[in-house]
Amino acid sequence: MAERPLSPHLTVYRWGYTMTLSILHRMTGVALAFALLGLVAWLVSASLGPSAFAALVPLLTSAAGKIIAALAVTALIYHFCNGLRHLAWDLGFGYERVDARRSAVLVMVVTLIAAAICIYLIFRPGAGAA
Amino acid sequence: MSLRAPLARVLSHGSARDGVGHWLTERVTAIALAPLIVWLLLQLLSLPAADFRTVTSWIGAGWNPLLLILTLLLASWHSWLGVQVVIEDYVGGFLSRSAALLLNTLLHGLVAAAGVYAVLRVALRSAA
Repeated sequence: MAERPLSPHLTVYRWGYTMTLSILHRMTGVALAFALLGLVAWLVSASLGPSAFAALVPLLTSAAGKIIAALAVTALIYHFCNGLRHLAWDLGFGYERVDARRSAVLVMVVTLIAAAICIYLIFRPGAGAA
Repeated sequence: MSLRAPLARVLSHGSARDGVGHWLTERVTAIALAPLIVWLLLQLLSLPAADFRTVTSWIGAGWNPLLLILTLLLASWHSWLGVQVVIEDYVGGFLSRSAALLLNTLLHGLVAAAGVYAVLRVALRSAA
């Protein structure tokens, strides 16, 4: 296949934080594909019986397991909030620069608050005790 | 009169009669997923424990199996479409791109089937 021009030429633009949100939407989306794999692995191990599930529990309740869970939940909340922003755009709302920037800030604030609450619930003493 | 160049026509470039289907399906699955994801997140965070008995009884309780299956199918579908676009944007070369797209499709099919199977297996066992 012949070399075709690639668009958009991102490097010619001055950086704006809405661009960061845009690429974060993709990155969290790809991360959530792996999170889905993890969720299904958890369900499958639960379906295989107590011993298969017991083998997975120490992994999940370990510090590393909880950190991964916290990251997945944060990615999910971000992708959810920014997804609603995308749906609003698809309906024709919020295209003005000031609106796009305002909704970007709103998405980040809501994500940080909701993720902080979820991370507290994941790490609170006694959470997920086997 | 056609607006397509004769060369594009013979090379089969242009409309595959697919239109905005991919784009629209991404949105439809996103809208359907929104309430389900809120439900799933709240459910998972409020699980009192992570042991086998607690988790399996939660999977099988009430409408949970139906909602879980819906969530898994829609999430797999939405994820399949999204990762496909990412691959198409970043993976070059006919062979590696085709392999990545094929792997994406097969893995998402496997994830969806395995998830539904696991939920049914737990739910039907606890119902029996």
